[in-house]
Amino acid sequence: MQDLVKEKPFKPLVVSFCCNWCSYAGADLAGSSRLEYPAEVKIIRIPCSCRVDPLFVLRAFQRGADGVIINGCHPGDCHYSTGNYYTRRRMAMLFSMLDFIGIEKERTRLEWVSAAEGARFASVMNEFVGELREMGENKRLGDIRCKE
Amino acid sequence: MQRIGAFVCWCGSNIAGTVDIDAVTKSAADEPGVVYSAEYQYMCSEGGQLAIRRAVEEHGLTGIAVCACSPRMHETTFRKTAAAAGLNPYMVEIANIREHCSWIHKNRESATEKATILMRAAIAKLNLNKPLFPGESGVVKRALVIGGGIAGIQTALDIADAGYEVDIVEKSPTIGGRMAQLDKTFPTLDCSACILTPKMVDAAQHDNISLYTYSEVDEVSGYVGSFSVKIRQKARSVNRELCNGCGDCITKCPVKKANSEFDEGLSKRSAIYVPFAQAVPNIPVVDRENCTRFKTGKCGLCEKICGTKAIDFEQQDEIIEREYGVIIVATGFKPLSPERYGEYLYGQSPDVLTSLEFERMMNAAGPTGGVLKRLSNNEKPKSIVFIQCVGSRADAKKGKTYCSKICCMYTAKHAMLVKEKYPDIDVHVFYIDVRTPGKNFDEFYRRAAEQYDVNYIKGMVGKLADEDGRLRVIASDLLDGKQITIDADLVVLATAVEASPDVRALGTMLTASMDQNNFFTEAHPKLRPVESPTAGIFLSGVCQGPKDIPETVAQAGAAAVKALGILSKNKLIGNPCIAESNELLCNGCSCCENVCPYGAIEYTEKEINDHGNRNNRRVAQVNEAICQGCGACTVACPSGSMDLKGFTNRQIMAEVDAICRT
Repeated sequence: MQDLVKEKPFKPLVVSFCCNWCSYAGADLAGSSRLEYPAEVKIIRIPCSCRVDPLFVLRAFQRGADGVIINGCHPGDCHYSTGNYYTRRRMAMLFSMLDFIGIEKERTRLEWVSAAEGARFASVMNEFVGELREMGENKRLGDIRCKE
Repeated sequence: MQRIGAFVCWCGSNIAGTVDIDAVTKSAADEPGVVYSAEYQYMCSEGGQLAIRRAVEEHGLTGIAVCACSPRMHETTFRKTAAAAGLNPYMVEIANIREHCSWIHKNRESATEKATILMRAAIAKLNLNKPLFPGESGVVKRALVIGGGIAGIQTALDIADAGYEVDIVEKSPTIGGRMAQLDKTFPTLDCSACILTPKMVDAAQHDNISLYTYSEVDEVSGYVGSFSVKIRQKARSVNRELCNGCGDCITKCPVKKANSEFDEGLSKRSAIYVPFAQAVPNIPVVDRENCTRFKTGKCGLCEKICGTKAIDFEQQDEIIEREYGVIIVATGFKPLSPERYGEYLYGQSPDVLTSLEFERMMNAAGPTGGVLKRLSNNEKPKSIVFIQCVGSRADAKKGKTYCSKICCMYTAKHAMLVKEKYPDIDVHVFYIDVRTPGKNFDEFYRRAAEQYDVNYIKGMVGKLADEDGRLRVIASDLLDGKQITIDADLVVLATAVEASPDVRALGTMLTASMDQNNFFTEAHPKLRPVESPTAGIFLSGVCQGPKDIPETVAQAGAAAVKALGILSKNKLIGNPCIAESNELLCNGCSCCENVCPYGAIEYTEKEINDHGNRNNRRVAQVNEAICQGCGACTVACPSGSMDLKGFTNRQIMAEVDAICRT
């Protein structure tokens, strides 16, 4: 049984929200620089990190995601001046409540990645997925009614 | 129900090398809404686009999902294709299976699986797309330039020469700014006034330029193409139409003890004054704080002497309301006050000057008539010490973290000017690094050090001590690691360039972002250096960061060109992906209004027909021309009435669901 688990490594499902101006471009740069990161990461493009409703994060967990990462411009560099500050506050609030809801807050992350930081984008994704692999499957919030 | 066509691109071997195109195309066909799926070598090529157009026609497609490279690359291309096929250009979604998939994964199986999922998410989103129509707005063919220094003047002249009307708002009584205070300019030692004053006159006489001096911007509303601005023209107490600039009032004024702002407080002026002889406009201003008439009600000598009856003590501030298509910020800088650095004795010893004060002293029209002297005893100094980086390159608590960029050069200039006029004076310069990037800059500095025998010492000045009337400079020489002392008669502090803190209020008014140092932020540090992130606001000169004169003039011209790009248009096409409020759900709470960085949300009292139940309610309305589509309001909205077109809650949820579907 143990051997079987080892043969089939756990592949976490990761939803990554990227703002159009900085981190999505950073992810593009990681791509054009051919910097590898795990295929488990799936990117959703949004105009600004402040477009991420905490409900999107919860929805992802409810639907079986093992980790959610939100990427925005560095503080002070937001294309819309202040969007990432809102994100920072909203996510601080959401993350602090995750344990209460029944989900490890380590499954979420908020990162600042600029359009010039392809290498940083890849390393953040590698690190995050690495951590999620150790944590294992997200069983607690996954709603069986949502599984098709 | 949509009729979606899915198009998978090989991008040669870029995608097809790692992703099984066939598998993705086949699996796309099973997705909800998809009626047609195809693959092509290069989707963005003529042939690929033609294939899309044909498919739209043959299969009656309503939406196009393209699995290809980044939307940052070819979204516009495929939107144009959709438009050419008769679809709304916003009925296109792109799955980025190149930058985010094939280029970063080596394993064909997992790359194909990921590409399929990304395609699925794009299709899920596309199923909820609606046609979007960008708004159009008109352009007021008039520009506002805030600040009348060399930056503002140059921008205004460039715009005016192109045939558009420009207003310059300047807070002091004359245009000219900091450059007017300078004696000579580096690295040519041109006389500053000789090159500036003709430009000031050009601006004043230009048919397309109106000057509002002694004026400030009070209020700004509106958006690109149509800003409405309230300008406060402060009461000069002198009728601008009647005054002929003879200057009799200035000679008669009995108050002679007011500090001259132009001479940095080193000389005195009367209460009615023009800042300097070449001021434009040459119309005096009554400084009401120092005027005896305003203080005691008795005097009025200027009124009596004035031959044209121009003096008007009753004059009030005047508010001018104007519409503008674009606004250019050219608010410049002020030198940091070194009073906070007690070790330099500034403010305690009259022989410690800032560089700008020194500049005035070297000027033939300055407080000493261009004669270099110690203000403590009016004697000629024998030794001068210049201290660089006063407040620059410091830690944030002590000063400014940045390099002020111009101090190395103007200190070399000062040193050279002293040596030129008085070869017998010893000149020492303390520096951390000498930074001279610029055309002919290093040559200039080397000339100062080598030909003019200026003693450059790499080191930090620890403190100054007043020793029997002389200033003892105690410093460390970093090259031989020793402490040295130099007795100086005059010490000049190269103070940091600082954005005046009161521009922050202006930044807020313009919703133009600023950095922690009160410099305006550019839209992109490399590619959009003269535009503010806020549409229609442009940056000229030092308000964006420290600059010398040629750089300022270059940026001023660039800002003018960018502004003309808007002024020359009759209509501006907006971005349709903006917020939208559902009035039925809105409860008028103001949460969205409070987070909007652009002030794009307004509230109106409106009759709402809620399933036949009519009542008057306060509801949010998004101004389409102002909204930039960040989506901050959509998340803040507690009732769920705010949504972002093109990135709706349902669309993003659908993407999340599609990705998490196993």
